[in-house]
Amino acid sequence: MTATAPLPAHGAAPSDEIARALDLARAKRWLVAAVVTILCLWVLVPIYLVLVNALSTPSEVSGWPKSFVPSFAMESLAFFAGYRGVAEALLNSVMVAAITMVLSIVIGAPAGYALARFDFAGKNAFRILVLMTRAFPLPLLALPLAVAYIQIGLDDTILGLAFVHTMLAMPFAVLITASLFMGVPFELEEAAWTLGCTRLQAFVKVVLPLVSPGIAASAVFAFVVSWNEVFAAAVLTIENRTLTAFLLQSLNVSPLHLKFAGAAVLVLPALLFLFAVRKYLFAMWGIANR
Amino acid sequence: MPSRALPYLLLAPAALFLAAFFLYPAVQVAVIAFTRGDEVGLANFARMAGHWKFDTALWNTILLAAVVVPLQLALALFMGQIVTQMGRGRDLVLYVFTIPLGISDLAAGIIWLAILEQNGFLNSFLYHLGLLDSPVARLSYQNTLGLFVAVAIAEIWRATAIMLVILVAGMGLIPKEYNEAAEVFGASPWQRFVKVTLPLLKPSLQTALILRTILAFEVFAVVAALAGTSMPMLMGETYAWEFQLQDRGVAASYALVILGISIASTLVFLWWLRTPEEARA
Amino acid sequence: MRRHLTTTSALATLTLAAFAATSAPAPAAAQELLFWSTQARPVEEAQGMREEVLSGFEGGAVDYQPQDAGPFITRLRAETEANEGTIAVVGALHGELTAFADAFADLSAIDVSAASPALVELGRLGTDEQRYVPWMQATYLMAANRAALEHLPEGADVNALTWDQLIEWGRAMEEATGSPKIGLPAGPQGLRHRVVQGYFYPSFTDSMVTRFRSDDAVAMWETVKELWEVTNPRSTSYNFMQEPLLADEVWVAIDHTARLAEAFNQRPDDFIAFPAPAGPTGRGFMPVVAGIAVPATAPDQEASLALVRYMLQPDTQIATLRATNFFPVVDVELPEDMPPSVRAAGAAIALQSGAPDANPGLLPVGLGDLGGQFNQVYVDTFERIVLAGQPIEQVLDEGAQELRRIVDEAGAPCWAPDAASEGPCPVE
Repeated sequence: MTATAPLPAHGAAPSDEIARALDLARAKRWLVAAVVTILCLWVLVPIYLVLVNALSTPSEVSGWPKSFVPSFAMESLAFFAGYRGVAEALLNSVMVAAITMVLSIVIGAPAGYALARFDFAGKNAFRILVLMTRAFPLPLLALPLAVAYIQIGLDDTILGLAFVHTMLAMPFAVLITASLFMGVPFELEEAAWTLGCTRLQAFVKVVLPLVSPGIAASAVFAFVVSWNEVFAAAVLTIENRTLTAFLLQSLNVSPLHLKFAGAAVLVLPALLFLFAVRKYLFAMWGIANR
Repeated sequence: MPSRALPYLLLAPAALFLAAFFLYPAVQVAVIAFTRGDEVGLANFARMAGHWKFDTALWNTILLAAVVVPLQLALALFMGQIVTQMGRGRDLVLYVFTIPLGISDLAAGIIWLAILEQNGFLNSFLYHLGLLDSPVARLSYQNTLGLFVAVAIAEIWRATAIMLVILVAGMGLIPKEYNEAAEVFGASPWQRFVKVTLPLLKPSLQTALILRTILAFEVFAVVAALAGTSMPMLMGETYAWEFQLQDRGVAASYALVILGISIASTLVFLWWLRTPEEARA
Repeated sequence: MRRHLTTTSALATLTLAAFAATSAPAPAAAQELLFWSTQARPVEEAQGMREEVLSGFEGGAVDYQPQDAGPFITRLRAETEANEGTIAVVGALHGELTAFADAFADLSAIDVSAASPALVELGRLGTDEQRYVPWMQATYLMAANRAALEHLPEGADVNALTWDQLIEWGRAMEEATGSPKIGLPAGPQGLRHRVVQGYFYPSFTDSMVTRFRSDDAVAMWETVKELWEVTNPRSTSYNFMQEPLLADEVWVAIDHTARLAEAFNQRPDDFIAFPAPAGPTGRGFMPVVAGIAVPATAPDQEASLALVRYMLQPDTQIATLRATNFFPVVDVELPEDMPPSVRAAGAAIALQSGAPDANPGLLPVGLGDLGGQFNQVYVDTFERIVLAGQPIEQVLDEGAQELRRIVDEAGAPCWAPDAASEGPCPVE
């Protein structure tokens, strides 16, 4: 913050200049606050509107003009509460996402470290390979994968689906961790070596504490990727269906009021999750102030 | 000295994993793209390129990415900078900024449809303000620009958070002393941003741009929700050929086109935002 | 750091639990019959299928899974390719089943004598075996908001409308309200190809394939363009017409009965159903037929067959009608207490098929996995002529070429309203 204005260089009416500087600082604070408010509204208003629709009666949802205050009609949401299989699907979603989160970091972070710290043949080829997983339409990959899964017995398992989601989360895990490792000066690691640490010790004691919040952030990405993935989930799981696959598919063709209630049902858990992990997402500010 | 094999050892798990779960199926799809009937060749590509929607779909996809990604980059940088200026409430604001991260593209399509449809919230809002008497259709096929803008807004709303998080993580790693030093030498905030923050942010900028551009080429659900069939996109055409037309050869060709432009854009960003040698070990 | 560690260990525990859960034998899953379907996808219809239709089956628990075409096709293909599967019964529209004729077991053992012979014949998919049995049916109807009726052109009978009168009506509504009030299901998942194949073409050319690019067809497309001028331009996003009807975005629409049902059920007093309009060569209309098939890879063929038999029982068929708004394929006496959508549609269907100028078309048969491309010719023709404004003759010439290629490749003989043919159906 610029609350401490630079002192005036020469002494002509210093109080005036200080007052002006304070005014400026105050104006700037207001400006920042206003901009932040607008940006927050930009994000929140659309979500609020869906909640309004989710809490309205069917005729209000398709009516005109719309009210901006919900009538708190619970019938649409209540429908989902009584929907068979929602609870199990929710549990499946959480489990698949959790496994995805762990796998993508365990497999992705070492690769990210290698990309950040070493120059070696095939580096760019690997980088592009990782990215290709997101550049290839998943619906086309799903068929060969499903055939293989059925043949080797991975079909309809939470683990099998988590593998596919890990594949999708891999670019985030590898590239985000790589850019984090790049941001940690190599000299820090070298200094640790000269102080007698092994490479592994230096990594664990020096690098890891610096990047762990960022790693948590890329784990959050993995979770979100898995949570929102529909197609593979619909094809590769039958009994162990995830919530997204269970609901989202049918929402597009459902009557409007259920469409919005369903969207709310899907969005809320993700919001709660992000809220729960927000500290990890942005703990990196602590580093900036080191 | 690091052993020569170490980077490969570190990469091995990821590489093996990708070989099994990505390369194996992807190669099968690629084989389908190059075979039609019993013949090996480019017949599928010819059929794809000869279809009247192909050019539009390719052009729309590239144009949307070219419009959306730079805007998102600017917005994400702006949001990141704003947040660094804040004291109290920063965590909460950041949380709010990242909320769209948790919202799938299908859900985002539903959300923006609720706002933009004829009886939607935008028209209702204008009505309450007295600016509109009766609902008007905003998402009609004749209004190509309107559809494009609607899709672009929804995409910017949905997917800016992903860049924001990557950039904010990078900003956090820039030592505070650099900025303070620049301030001592009298650099304006804009100068500090351009001369200090941006260059040091290069690795994160690169990651954010590459990932976001690739994802932008795969845009599908938001377009389907808002523009229906009026705005052909590569991904939508892939779906159509695979599932409605059941011509897997042409669908696979589309997939390879998406892959091709994604790799091309990645190479451009890798070259443009390369980190100078001395910064690495 | 401690906080990170706790999270990490919590995650590890969670992961371990998940692994344990995945490796445990799936409880009771083996006995559940998987009903893999593209129908009754709206959440409350799926709920109805599960709780009111399938809960009465005594041969075991049924897991009803409605799917988008994408996952539906992918899973079915995967099981066929792997030659091993979990799907017990497949339920889908005729057009969706044709591509999988080889993947289905022969159902000749099922007694279908109560079902309509024409529908049973469709289920053979042009082969000697019963590839699927009819499950339920619907048709396309018109629906209108009562507010639209006062703008009906003079002398027009809503139950015996012509396409020209419909255009006139649309013009009157647009003048009165300031916005076009006719809607067509021309969205990505809308059934626009059936409207072109089964309604426009038979009404104007008395054909679906043979006279695809005749002079009558050119005149027809001119009329369709006129119709489009008074049609809500949002139509390219409409998949289910019940939504724009309920939102008052449109007042008059055509769609299949199950996709109009919500309008009648939510506001029974505001909407009426009536037959499709007629053209110079009669009142063209087309059925929507959904069938049930049993994949050759079904884990327990006997159980699957039992479920198929159950689905054809009169009581099940009535319960299905309540859940999905698709009508029975076997002769049943409908009870009095049916939902408003069924009553409205039932009366209009009777008027439509009983009309003196009725000109029913059949669904395409014998096209195999080219069915999608066949439909696409009609969709492309519609989009190019009507939306993109390309010259009619040229588009029809190119469409006819493509149509000929498809029909020849499939070797499909003509079906109604085209006259029966020896060999592939000719395209003039």
